[in-house]
Amino acid sequence: MTWWSRNTSSQSRRDLALRWVARASSVLSAAVILLIFLFLLQEAAPALANIGISRFFTDTSWHPLSAQFNLVPMLMGTVLTTLGAVVIATPLGLAAAIYCVYFAPRGLATWYRRLIELMAGIPSVVFGLWGLVKLAPFIGQLGGSGQNLLTAMIVLSLMILPTVMLTTCSSMAAVPPELLRGGAALGLNRWSVVRRIVLPAARGGIGVGILLATARAVGETMAVLMVAGNVVEIPTSLLDPVRTLTANIALEMGYATTAHRSILFASGLLLMGLVACVALVAEVRKRSPHEL
Amino acid sequence: MNDIRILGPLILLLITGCGGIQAPSSEASPTPQLSGRLELTGSSTIAPLVTEIAKRFELKHPEVRVDVQTGGSGKGIADVRNGTADIGMASRALAEDEQDLTIHPIAVDGVGIIVHSSNPIPELTAEQIVGIYRGESNNWSEVGGPDLQITVVHKAEGRATLEVFLEYFDLENPSIKADVIVGDNEHGIKTVAGTKGAIGYVSIGTAEADIQAGVPIRLLPLAAVEATTKNVGNGSFPMSRPLNLVTADSPGDLARQFITYCQSEEVHDLVVSQYFVPVTP
Repeated sequence: MTWWSRNTSSQSRRDLALRWVARASSVLSAAVILLIFLFLLQEAAPALANIGISRFFTDTSWHPLSAQFNLVPMLMGTVLTTLGAVVIATPLGLAAAIYCVYFAPRGLATWYRRLIELMAGIPSVVFGLWGLVKLAPFIGQLGGSGQNLLTAMIVLSLMILPTVMLTTCSSMAAVPPELLRGGAALGLNRWSVVRRIVLPAARGGIGVGILLATARAVGETMAVLMVAGNVVEIPTSLLDPVRTLTANIALEMGYATTAHRSILFASGLLLMGLVACVALVAEVRKRSPHEL
Repeated sequence: MNDIRILGPLILLLITGCGGIQAPSSEASPTPQLSGRLELTGSSTIAPLVTEIAKRFELKHPEVRVDVQTGGSGKGIADVRNGTADIGMASRALAEDEQDLTIHPIAVDGVGIIVHSSNPIPELTAEQIVGIYRGESNNWSEVGGPDLQITVVHKAEGRATLEVFLEYFDLENPSIKADVIVGDNEHGIKTVAGTKGAIGYVSIGTAEADIQAGVPIRLLPLAAVEATTKNVGNGSFPMSRPLNLVTADSPGDLARQFITYCQSEEVHDLVVSQYFVPVTP
């Protein structure tokens, strides 16, 4: 009896300790994000106060050493490369997930899934190097160097493909089996079951996966820097070079001083805002998967 | 038995290791008890090299701490003037109003024009290069080459090689019409190697190492001088710049020792590994 009560009391003491450890770690992680945000805000403050947000959109060009600070071409670069990558990766990722879950033989599906998981782990600089040395010269046959919007979209899409596919896989696996059986009982073939039952039921999870992939594409730096051409102009065709906000920070932070440096931090703040918006939308979707 | 087996190579290592260190240090022998702290600031081009040299210097003199910080050549010079730093690093010659300081060259960096190795063009004049970079010539046939579109590879603003290039050809950065903007030398070389009609400019040391490794690029001569590290070293190649350490009138003993060490043959391998060309003062 004594043994029992001591044991339970020590259990609860352990629970208490665990609870505090968990609390402390969660406060710490939240604090890190908050501190990064405050740091960005502090570093960006001189630019926001002295130069003003409006000049980021109205200056004639981006020549920081000549005090011209137009961020629009780079904002366009980020938005276009991200959209392009999502447009390419979404159908590929969906098709691969559908094949993997509903059509592939079981043994093959397992290995295929592992292969895609491996792909998710490839460092981005490796994708960039491949894009720079192999893909860009190939696309360069269409003219120019091949370092352009199209190449950046393709490389980015390969990088976010695993995210789209793996989240789609797991949300399709979470569709209640009764629904599938119901479909089969109605005499639907497998494709109809997938199209009319699984996809609508898993829509919320798939959407979240696409949004996560979008956030990753927005933040990607090295691979895009290596294949996008990095000329600060609004592109007029897929074969024009672009510079993204992240590539701009990576290219210029090394030597930037005073106002220029501060503007780079402001563009970092802009990126963080962009990713936060995407994450927020993902969160809303996750909470009400069937309404959107 | 076991002990001997381990000890044997260990002793051998000690002997050979000592032999290697002994030879050069015996020349600069009367400084075994150097101690103190050195502050260096300045050019981000020189900083990686000096950091490597400083590591080796600290190994030789365990009591010495060398602190290397960047911030550009201008900051290096300003910090030496107002005494914040013991030694400044400047990847350019001193301006007229900076003649109160003393320079100590430790290496030279040459910038060469590169094209794809399949491009038969023998040489470009300065006017032709300026025309290409301003977007006035867009096809190699306009400068005596094959009928091939020119892809202009340019560096991101603030890069050291970019400054040397712009200054040598007297160009303003906003006037340049680039097709690709690259970050570092390797990025530039890989871009030119992958594009038959490309032209770019990179550090000659890096380009030479890559050409030896079989990368399909070619260094063009400039003003009839072959672009080789040898010609950069002997000063005949025109598009180059000195990598200098800068001190005020009377540097301390430790600073003098460190500068002498930076200029000695002991660190030439480090200079070469950073793709610069050693100079002997």
